Amino acid sequence: MPEGVLCNKNKVSTLEQLQALLADKSGKQYYQEMNRLEVDTKALWDLVQKTCKSRIRTWLEICTHCGLCAESCFYYLANNRDPRQVPSYKIQSTLGQIVRRKGQVDNAFMQMAMDTAFSKCTCCTRCGIYCPLGIDMGVMFSYLRGLLFSQGFTPWEMKIGTGMHRVYRAQMDVTTEDWVETCAWMAEETADEWPGLEIPVDKEGADILYTVNAREPKHYPEDIAQAAILFHLAGENWTVPSEGWEETSLAMFAGDWEASKMQVESVYGAMHKLRPKRMVVTECGHAYRATVIEGPYWAGLPSGKTPVESLHYVEWVAEALRTGKLKIDPAKRIKEPVTYQDSCNYIRNGGLWEAARYIMSQIAEDFREMTPSREHNFCCGGGGGLNGIGRYREQRNVGLRVKRDQILATGAKLVVAPCHNCWDAIRDLEEVYEIGIRWSFLKPLLINMVEVPEHLKPEE
Amino acid sequence: MYEFVTGPLAWLAFAVFFVGIIVRLVLYVRGLDWKLDRVTYSVNTAFGVRGAVRSILFWLFPFGTQSYRNNPGFTLALFAMHIGLIVTPIFLLGHNILLQERWGFSLWSLPGAVADLLTIAVIVSALLLALRRIALPEVRIITTAYDYLLLAVAVAPFVTGWIARYAYVHSQAWLIVHVLCGELFLVAIPFTKLSHFVLFFATRAQLGMDYGIKRGGMKVKGISW
Repeated sequence: MPEGVLCNKNKVSTLEQLQALLADKSGKQYYQEMNRLEVDTKALWDLVQKTCKSRIRTWLEICTHCGLCAESCFYYLANNRDPRQVPSYKIQSTLGQIVRRKGQVDNAFMQMAMDTAFSKCTCCTRCGIYCPLGIDMGVMFSYLRGLLFSQGFTPWEMKIGTGMHRVYRAQMDVTTEDWVETCAWMAEETADEWPGLEIPVDKEGADILYTVNAREPKHYPEDIAQAAILFHLAGENWTVPSEGWEETSLAMFAGDWEASKMQVESVYGAMHKLRPKRMVVTECGHAYRATVIEGPYWAGLPSGKTPVESLHYVEWVAEALRTGKLKIDPAKRIKEPVTYQDSCNYIRNGGLWEAARYIMSQIAEDFREMTPSREHNFCCGGGGGLNGIGRYREQRNVGLRVKRDQILATGAKLVVAPCHNCWDAIRDLEEVYEIGIRWSFLKPLLINMVEVPEHLKPEE
Repeated sequence: MYEFVTGPLAWLAFAVFFVGIIVRLVLYVRGLDWKLDRVTYSVNTAFGVRGAVRSILFWLFPFGTQSYRNNPGFTLALFAMHIGLIVTPIFLLGHNILLQERWGFSLWSLPGAVADLLTIAVIVSALLLALRRIALPEVRIITTAYDYLLLAVAVAPFVTGWIARYAYVHSQAWLIVHVLCGELFLVAIPFTKLSHFVLFFATRAQLGMDYGIKRGGMKVKGISW
């Protein structure tokens, strides 16, 4: 069966393979090879028979083709109500066909399915809450991505991302040494201003185990410093693990369930080793979804829960504000109109909308909800890994229009977006459509408005 | 002929229908897999049950959900059709008389005018839903001939029943056609997507449990459907 050097059914598990993929600029060779990649229809059908059980089969079968899912999909709305963007159509013409044809599909079909699964669905799962029969097409598209991945049909960046998880246990090439050094560096820099501040690594029995998105040590180390300052001001007994610090999962976006399991097990390993009371995840939506919501299932934990209780950053902030660990200086609250981007992964799929509302009630004087909001909110436009895939940049940018219009309708110029993907999508939205907005994580906003206890005040 | 279609054939149709829907439900539940579906159905079950009940109840009432409220015309037609489809055959006087004759018991019966109204509601709603399939591009693209066929199978007993009731000629023949259509409808339920007659409750309960147990249901009151 012909397989490419870069585009094939094998998993990327060595540094050399990773480097070869990275050297192929924009995946040019990778996608050329994909045109010649043969579908192992037998293996595909075997996998479907093993993993496509009554839940998904029933969904595919009993869809009454009523079309109520159409308006729930931001892609449908952003593409001038193109009927080809109706969720039911998209899933029936891809996964539905694979099941109906018993896996007898060809290369062109698989590429079409890949393009659909990645550039016409961000797995935001909004359609599922608008379907009278409870058919969750986001869940099915995620499943489809897994089938495609098993046959080597995954976007170039996803192939790299899953390789990163396999090689580094992180979505980027950040080693344990890089991570620990970045923490030490940030602690040193920040301690000048905040005497006594530490970023304790591998402290056993801490109250909080803090875990991040690899982008933070790689590109935004100040985010780690900001987290440290806020933990410091709140008087938390916290630590970071030297290994198992990465919460994100490009493997989840790609449907590489084996790598998804490896990644979350590294975090659970840190929990077992360091025995913290709780874990807190940084301001990242899919990281929380992967490690806290879905991860226990990949790891086969019968409780469906992480080994220790795990909180998204907004939960920790809401709790710190409620208990008075962090106090907001009323004079420094946000005065201008401000809105909040509800991330699909921890709001709709994690139920944390109340925590977010509580935070906004404490930090903003003119908080304006988007319409719709909370669990009904639209995807930012960059979810499901889409922000990072060059092949679908144009489709992504069209999809951003819905979020653009939602933000514009609030009249707010500041968008609080405690999710890396949402944050990126809104940044790109401003770059593409220039609507004059700013966007922020919670940490930098909070640092500017929390009251500093007397004994922690920086030396003049 | 009449004796046969309302006797042994009716027995057979009811048997296939009841056994069929039970088998469909059992197969559905047996095919659930906590690891693959990523829902711990048997851990934190109380949250799951709450999620399932909410997920079913909100969708069981017209305008109970955002999706219904966004589409009032569709919702009215949908509910008119489904209420008529279920209520009319069970509580029709004619059916009850037959039931009394054959099996020695009967249920409460609808006044004739109400039964007529419900029948018209089913036929008109089905017609509107069929037109909707043609008129709206987002529905047209996913509609197949099979969808029209099933709609016809569901509505045929009502059309033929109406004719049998009011026909001046061949009313006995129409009655037989009506009974056959009703039996076809019953038998079609377990074998086609009309199985949503029971699987609606199954899939709604499943997604409700998913949200109730895993996707935030243990942190908040529940998703607002």
